[in-house]
Amino acid sequence: MARYFQPEIETASHEQIRAWQDERLVKQIRHVWDNVSYYRQKMEEKGVTPDDIHGVADLHKLPFLTKDDLREAYPYGLLGKPLGECVRIHSTSGTTGKRVVAFYTQNDIDLWDDCCARALVAAGADNEDVCHIAYGFGLFTGGAGLNGGSHKVGCLTIPMSSGNTDRQLQFMADLGSSILCCTPSYAAYLAEAIEEQGLKDQIHLKAGIFGAEAWSENMRRDIEEKLGIKAYDIYGLTEISGPGVAFECEAQSGMHINEDHFIAEIIDPETGEVLPEGSKGELVFTCVTKEAFPMIRYRTKDICVLTREKCPCGRTHVKMSKPMGRSDDMLIIRGVNVFPSQIETVLLQQGYSPNYQIIVDRINHTDTLEVLVEMNADMFSDSLAKISAAEKELILALKSMLGLSATVKLVAPKSITRSEGKAVRIIDKRKI
Amino acid sequence: MNIHQISVFLENRTGQLAEITRLLADNGIDLRAISIAETTDYGIVRLIVDDSAKASSILLQHGTILSMTPVWVAEVPDRPASLAELLETLAAKHVDVEYMYSLFTHKDGFAYMVLRIPDDTMLEDALKDTGLKLVGHEELGIQ
Repeated sequence: MARYFQPEIETASHEQIRAWQDERLVKQIRHVWDNVSYYRQKMEEKGVTPDDIHGVADLHKLPFLTKDDLREAYPYGLLGKPLGECVRIHSTSGTTGKRVVAFYTQNDIDLWDDCCARALVAAGADNEDVCHIAYGFGLFTGGAGLNGGSHKVGCLTIPMSSGNTDRQLQFMADLGSSILCCTPSYAAYLAEAIEEQGLKDQIHLKAGIFGAEAWSENMRRDIEEKLGIKAYDIYGLTEISGPGVAFECEAQSGMHINEDHFIAEIIDPETGEVLPEGSKGELVFTCVTKEAFPMIRYRTKDICVLTREKCPCGRTHVKMSKPMGRSDDMLIIRGVNVFPSQIETVLLQQGYSPNYQIIVDRINHTDTLEVLVEMNADMFSDSLAKISAAEKELILALKSMLGLSATVKLVAPKSITRSEGKAVRIIDKRKI
Repeated sequence: MNIHQISVFLENRTGQLAEITRLLADNGIDLRAISIAETTDYGIVRLIVDDSAKASSILLQHGTILSMTPVWVAEVPDRPASLAELLETLAAKHVDVEYMYSLFTHKDGFAYMVLRIPDDTMLEDALKDTGLKLVGHEELGIQ
């Protein structure tokens, strides 16, 4: 069994990786300057031209991109290739309802699939494996990314998508699924279902790749024990490509960032200053090989630490810790990005007051989202039918905005907890 | 001929109803009827009081969410079948009743029913020549 999918890349020397990055960055900045007027304008405002960029050492001179830029440039403003060369989009939620749309050329898909293939091989996959993908397929990158990676490795790929647990278990047993890819909470849920239905003897998983949401070491041990597998973390974001930007190896001590494609920096989220290795700060990515959606210094808002300590797996690419938090207020609920501002937008559109509180919990391994909404005079009526009809409409509008179901609880005005005059917007009860 | 009903939003929490009724009591408001429609999370308390303007201003000052709704009060004879007859009469004339409850007060031989009729343009017409009577603020001694 091969230990690496692309050994010459994954175990390349630091000097070699740096040389690739230097060369590709120079080329990428030229490409972006010539093709992405939105970013070129940002560079001009900062007084930087491609002539100032000779390699990674000059990266700090370049302007950042944020989710706000993606919103402003929506949909085509950051496109680096003519649409004729683009073959796919994926999409994730934006801060205020406008979705982020990322574009891919065939080359972009190929490099993304390579990254996911590296993750699968690191988890022990080869062409004899049956790769069971229970991430959602569709606009979400989870399903498509692992699907592509699994094809590259040559696994028998089962594109299950999420949901319909009985069918998941039936296929696992009948087709002999050996690698499971899904969110960690769904893995925990499946593990319980297997136990409850007494199917443990019929299911022969050996490894799992679980990402798209936060999970703890405790949860990892729980999943590993219940499913009898080794559980690997994977990291990614739609803006940069999708899952596989970084992945865990057998050492399970951080995720290797695919540095031949993505240059990682850690910055101080307040000042934007680049921090030395080992510092805790906001993770920033520069895509040096992507063509259609070439993000330069994209601020992920994820807080983590990078380390170049030698890894026993033999891979040389820098490792990132699990994200330790966010520098913005984004929540990840059932793998879906949720911004409180999106909920506020819906409330105002529907005529409710913007006084709300989000309560996130994890019940039976599934994230729940409850929105407490303060009743106001405009939405109140003597008729229960009218109030509950409006409430149903609000639930539908939230679902359409967020892409996941929320429950709503109407509460009395001024009843939402305020600390020092400022409303407490988010209560996250998940113990992860 | 309609009268004012005050509808109040209350969360389903212990003591909420006590708080509102105490507030009204301390301000000398006399309750003539109270009816509650509830869900698991909240309820709508509908009130008929002796002075709706005063009561609503007290409640608003308290921070309560309320709405004023016109409702009708029908005088029905205090004997079996009289309510059925009233509702049959309305149904025959296609007058919908959204909800209904009774006043605490009554006069000899009669009870008072509060009716919420969303489309009330037909109401007075429907009751004409039926012997059933609508009563207003003055007769009920409220304002």
